[in-house]
Amino acid sequence: MGGERVAPTASADLLRVLTCGSVDDGKSTLIGRLLHDSDLLYEDHLAAVRKDSATTGHAGGQVDLALLADGLVAEREQGITIDVAHLYFSTPRRSFIIADTPGHEQYTRNMVTGASTSELAVVLVDAARGITTQTRRHSLIVNLLGISSVVVAVNKMDLVDYRQDRFESIASAVRELAAALGLPDPVCIPVSALHGDGVVEPGANMAWYDGPCLMEHLEQVDAAVHAAGASGIVGGRLRLPVQLVIRPDHRFRGFAGTVCEGTLRAGDRVRVEPSGRTTAISRIVTFDGDLEEASTGRSVVVTTSDEIDIGRGDVIVDPAHPPQRARLMTATIVWMAEADLAVGREYLLAQGGQTMSCRVAEVMGRLDVDALESVPAAAVRLNDIATVTVRTDAELIFDPYTQNRTTGSFILIERSSNATVAAGMIEAAAPAAAWEAVPGATLERQRSSISGAERAARLGQRPATVLLTGLTGAGKSTIASALERELFERGRTTVRLDGENMRLGVSRDLGFSSRDRSENVRRTAELARLVNDQGLIAIAALVAPSAAVRERARELIGTDRFVEVFLDPPLEVCRARDRAGLYEAAERGEIRQFPPVSAPYDKPADADLVLDTSRLDVDACVRAITAWLEAGGFIGSAETPEP
Amino acid sequence: MTERDRLQRLEDESVHIIREVAAQFRKPVMLYSIGKDSSVMLHLARKAFHPGPIPFPLLHIDTTWKFSEMIAFRDRMAGEIGFDLIVHTNQDGLAAGINPFDHGSAHYTDVMKTQALKQALGAGRFDAAFGGARRDEERSRAKERVFSFRDGQHRWDPKNQRPELWNHYNGRVRSGESIRVFPLSNWTELDVWHYVGANEIEIVPLYLAAPRPVVERDGTLLMVDDRRFRFEAGERPKTRSVRFRTLGCYPLTGAVESTAATVAEVVAEMAAATRSEREGRVIDHDQSGSMEHKKREGYF
Repeated sequence: MGGERVAPTASADLLRVLTCGSVDDGKSTLIGRLLHDSDLLYEDHLAAVRKDSATTGHAGGQVDLALLADGLVAEREQGITIDVAHLYFSTPRRSFIIADTPGHEQYTRNMVTGASTSELAVVLVDAARGITTQTRRHSLIVNLLGISSVVVAVNKMDLVDYRQDRFESIASAVRELAAALGLPDPVCIPVSALHGDGVVEPGANMAWYDGPCLMEHLEQVDAAVHAAGASGIVGGRLRLPVQLVIRPDHRFRGFAGTVCEGTLRAGDRVRVEPSGRTTAISRIVTFDGDLEEASTGRSVVVTTSDEIDIGRGDVIVDPAHPPQRARLMTATIVWMAEADLAVGREYLLAQGGQTMSCRVAEVMGRLDVDALESVPAAAVRLNDIATVTVRTDAELIFDPYTQNRTTGSFILIERSSNATVAAGMIEAAAPAAAWEAVPGATLERQRSSISGAERAARLGQRPATVLLTGLTGAGKSTIASALERELFERGRTTVRLDGENMRLGVSRDLGFSSRDRSENVRRTAELARLVNDQGLIAIAALVAPSAAVRERARELIGTDRFVEVFLDPPLEVCRARDRAGLYEAAERGEIRQFPPVSAPYDKPADADLVLDTSRLDVDACVRAITAWLEAGGFIGSAETPEP
Repeated sequence: MTERDRLQRLEDESVHIIREVAAQFRKPVMLYSIGKDSSVMLHLARKAFHPGPIPFPLLHIDTTWKFSEMIAFRDRMAGEIGFDLIVHTNQDGLAAGINPFDHGSAHYTDVMKTQALKQALGAGRFDAAFGGARRDEERSRAKERVFSFRDGQHRWDPKNQRPELWNHYNGRVRSGESIRVFPLSNWTELDVWHYVGANEIEIVPLYLAAPRPVVERDGTLLMVDDRRFRFEAGERPKTRSVRFRTLGCYPLTGAVESTAATVAEVVAEMAAATRSEREGRVIDHDQSGSMEHKKREGYF
């Protein structure tokens, strides 16, 4: 210590900084160095670190500056940082809040947490090791969370003899990475946190470097611009999410909240979402007196000129630029729980005062950090970044995350534990799947003059749809053919709807994403319903991997004439039957979204029939199905073919 | 951005947090320690619900060893501001005569503060409790969340905290569980002092220098606040100009020599300070990481 401490009133400005780097990049040491060399440490804190350095430090007898940043006992003993730590310091120019987040891959969730409130990111790269998977992951997250201001500190320059060529080659790799991510060129600064070069003082070892030291850069970078960028605010569209209603007595009713975009003025016409009612702001009330206007970030209470119903979760907005409203959205989520994401399961979605039930309807892919592209995902696990569609029970009022960090984000909460399991950033409202499409209002169903009873009398059967579901190699097509033959021999009239045949014609425009698979099931179900309406028996053979989609097919066709048959041999048997080599191709990544290798298959929990085709031969399976149809009165027995 | 803007930004964030608690929880309570941070937190709560009243009670854990000026200040504030005040003392501890002189700071703190706090929170069936702690105070606090989850035994598990994203706070708890809320998380000691000055917030006069009777023991200046003070051999109270950087139980709280008699003078003195504020607290020095151990047990 030593020297004069800075005048506390001089630092007027506040910058929130995220630091990220790999476990061994020396991040904690860098933060300690920033504090130490800026004379910002209290003597007793430093004394405590000196004492701890002797027992648990990893700096070989020197004062271990990393101990200034690492807080918890357990992690000090392990020599790693494991959580988000917030550190505070001020220089004459600026106050800083540093969110120090861990570098280990397993703790991505903490970095996302720190990034969600930061305005600038310092990414550490080890000069000796260069860009690693961690660097890519951190850059990706920084970009994903909308932090446009990035500084890359190339640390441990002492280990590469402070060589300029080494720094330049890393800086060039950093620029390539930024370009791949669509980020503007980050500022690269060579430093040695251990010895102090380039952190607060230039030091004597890198005369070739003429840019700013890290601290100098942090003090000078335009915080206002970066704060706006970090808030993701593109314009002055008013957004005031209502937190609660202040109603001390019958004379006063005000709406409290924090303006998260735009400027609110007394007298402004505003619109209230979701009701869509418009009114005017009468007063902006604060403890220190009424305000004429309140800009982004202000926590205020407003009153309105009309007595309209406004409550928590409503959003007061600019009527000319209202936010979006939807029940189905595409979003990027970061999964933060030990248990995998369960597609179709109910979670709570929370965004400020808006809380509603939701389900992840579909996982479109997982971000591959190395390739920086989306790859198919059979599951979404801890620390995965996935693109999904989310379906909510009520309409969510939102803006895309790139336009507003507050109204564009959400968290998912697991209902039984109340744990926060995911962070979400909304991309857009998703077009409703064809399942949801509403036919034109003028359309009318054209009725047939032939009754169901007449058809049953003519055909000697009652219509039904048999859905054969199971993995590739389970025997769906084989059994569908055999069943068709058996029913034909008995004089019954059927239509076979094989998935592969569907894709050669009716569904030739569809791929294998879960959305397209869902649409293929819908088209098959619509056809099955048509032929059932004509009195025929439909035999559908489809993988149909989603339980939710199979349920919708059942509803569409009619529960009382729908038979779900789950063909369930062991997976090895399916693979052994797979002469086309589809499983291996899927494992090599040549075929994407192939259940169960790279996409989920939801096993039916309550199928009408479960047939293990490795133990039952084809005839036995067909007998089981025809027995079921006989018992249901759809067909007669083999001896008396008509029911 | 001016100094005023920076304090405004901190105030707006804290007000947002306080309102979020009022909106999300069934029965919140605000811990009131009578210190400067509590005074700022109380002021922020008044701002959050203006023109309405503060919609939850304040809770003071009275160890019976607080500075007498603190108690007088507390009761006067409750009357002037008009908040609902709950005062709780661990009656079992009191009956057992637990005191800071005979039982050591660790045991005394556990019985009269930590246990007392758990009793009061349990008795009130509170599901959220505000505390005035700041992350810059102590190293284990740096990792604390704004909404800090506690299990049914009021325990803090640093490995099992909810990630806190944007300003979407997750306050959902099951019966018996609770959340400790720290609206001043992002404030520094200097921010608090500046805010006290800018908003003319009344604070206990002990924060300002005045001639007071003190004894010096192991380098710590202890104030002789009442007749219960135990003098050690050779100790005599001397009148010295002192102030306190933090306030707690008088036998456990060290004073600093100072002539700063106004908030502005305190701020100016701090600019030259080289020692952190918790240093005056005997409790933190038992062992490195001791605050973390206490928090796991339920200390605030």
